[in-house]
Amino acid sequence: MKPNSPPNLNRSPSSNLKMKRNGTKLKNIFYSQKVAPYVFVLPFLLIFTGFYLYPVVSTFIMSFQQVLPGQTEFIGLRNYERLFNPTFFRALYNTTLYTFWTIVILIPLPLLLAIILNSKVTKYKTFFRACIFIPALTSTIVAGVIFRLLFAESESAFGNSFIMFFGFDPVAWRQNAGTLMFLMVGLAAWRWMGVNMIYFLTGLQNIPKEMYEAAEIDGANTFNKFRHITLPFLKPVTVYVLTITLFAGYKMFEEAYVFWEVNSPGNIGLTLVGYLYKEGFQYNQLGFGSAVGVTLLIIVAILGLIQLRLTGVFGGKGDN
Amino acid sequence: MAKQRREKWSSILLVVFLVIPAVIAVFPLAALTLASLKPSTELMRFGLNIYPQFELWSLNNYAYLFTDGSIYFRWFKNSIIISFFSTILALTFSSMVGYSLAMYRFRGQTIVLFLVLLIMMIPFEILMLPLFRMMIALGAVNTYTGVILPMIVHPLTIFFFRQFALGLPKDLMDAARIDGCTEYGIFFKIMVPLMKPAYGAMGILLALFSWNNFLWPLVVLRTTDMFTLPIGLAGLLSPYGNNYDVLIAGSVLTVLPIIIVFIFAQKYFISSLTAGAVKG
Repeated sequence: MKPNSPPNLNRSPSSNLKMKRNGTKLKNIFYSQKVAPYVFVLPFLLIFTGFYLYPVVSTFIMSFQQVLPGQTEFIGLRNYERLFNPTFFRALYNTTLYTFWTIVILIPLPLLLAIILNSKVTKYKTFFRACIFIPALTSTIVAGVIFRLLFAESESAFGNSFIMFFGFDPVAWRQNAGTLMFLMVGLAAWRWMGVNMIYFLTGLQNIPKEMYEAAEIDGANTFNKFRHITLPFLKPVTVYVLTITLFAGYKMFEEAYVFWEVNSPGNIGLTLVGYLYKEGFQYNQLGFGSAVGVTLLIIVAILGLIQLRLTGVFGGKGDN
Repeated sequence: MAKQRREKWSSILLVVFLVIPAVIAVFPLAALTLASLKPSTELMRFGLNIYPQFELWSLNNYAYLFTDGSIYFRWFKNSIIISFFSTILALTFSSMVGYSLAMYRFRGQTIVLFLVLLIMMIPFEILMLPLFRMMIALGAVNTYTGVILPMIVHPLTIFFFRQFALGLPKDLMDAARIDGCTEYGIFFKIMVPLMKPAYGAMGILLALFSWNNFLWPLVVLRTTDMFTLPIGLAGLLSPYGNNYDVLIAGSVLTVLPIIIVFIFAQKYFISSLTAGAVKG
């Protein structure tokens, strides 16, 4: 960098010199090894304070308030008391069921696919990997458009003609709680299968080959190798996938939105974030919406801790 | 001999087994493309059958996207602008933080790392209500800035850059210092070029994320001319709409550019994803 600014002609030589010395001092501080990291981190800290820290604190405060334009009133726990209503429980139930099914599907199946793709004898690996990964590139909205076309109510649509081939009656897919859940979980499974598969594949490739060779010399069969080498080595990846699936499940919004926006018959498509969105943005109930948000945060935090505890990552049996 | 034959058979069996998920993965996209070639008025009501019906094929739906009355390419432009700037800004700030966490020892370092982890744990959806009020106060509702601002801190990216920078030679920094290079000169002239693969991998992840991002733009963007592609397309999903030509052809054109990039840069996509899963 160039340290010299053009000399200021209006000042006396001595004051000019003094200014310059002060300037260099500041500049030296700015360029010092001690200060540089703070300069690098500063924009992050500003954005964090403004767009994360402040909103979190604000959500907590608003959840104890009734927020109306121009006047805000502290109403204690009344927003939380209002949570005890059938709509909220329906949203909680839908979200929990959805999370449960995504975990049941999106862990074993991707693991199985990853194991097959990692096998020595499998052919055309790159091709299959690419095919299975491609749905992850679509947005939930585009995927939703496709699902609504395939699972429309008419008998000629793909979904109904498929089940009618096996002798079942056509179904109004979006109208029933069970089939809607199938559509939402199916949509998520279609988009995430490839992503989770890649995670497991990375985990598999990190297992040292010597482990298997040593086991073979000791006379281990395929099942033994899988049970005592593959599974333990995959544990960190599995915990990671479980965590993100759990979090994504409870944060779910779009997979429901593409089918019913936020107003479904009997709230069969309402999720916690959908409820927050509806109350906060459509009915302008900022205080109550915040209470939904805080509850969601608490649920996610508790489940996260339980999950990490059970899988032994955190405060458990000292596994690594 | 017997072993060879067994391997051959199991390899055929595995391929057959892999064909099923591959078809399930690709078929819906093929079906969408097929739908985009058919007249779309009745499509949403009657759904999509899988018969090709060649006699119905035309490019009319695509042609409609290019007519004057269509707002589709306005959405396309909005999506490109928002994705471009949020990706560039997130890459710049995240790489600076990740780099300084890896290369320097400074007071408060653990706190910064803790904050990064904390953001990962807080669902963004919870912050929306206060953030939206803040956007009203800032006058950023219905602007690109409003969408981009909260997106420029991305914890996973910070983490990835930290891991990547830990593997860079620290001796280079001392050598550069002796040659009179400033700390910022070291970062921009030496380290940024060395971190190019990290910029590539994270750039793809961030661009894909903001291209498909839905909830926050839905909250901030209020008028049709400011919508991004997902918001605009979602608005056409109503069963009473009559814009299914835009919806279906538009959906194809939304995914197509990404699939093309993916085919040529598969490796980067996959390494950007595994960034989170690999322990450092």
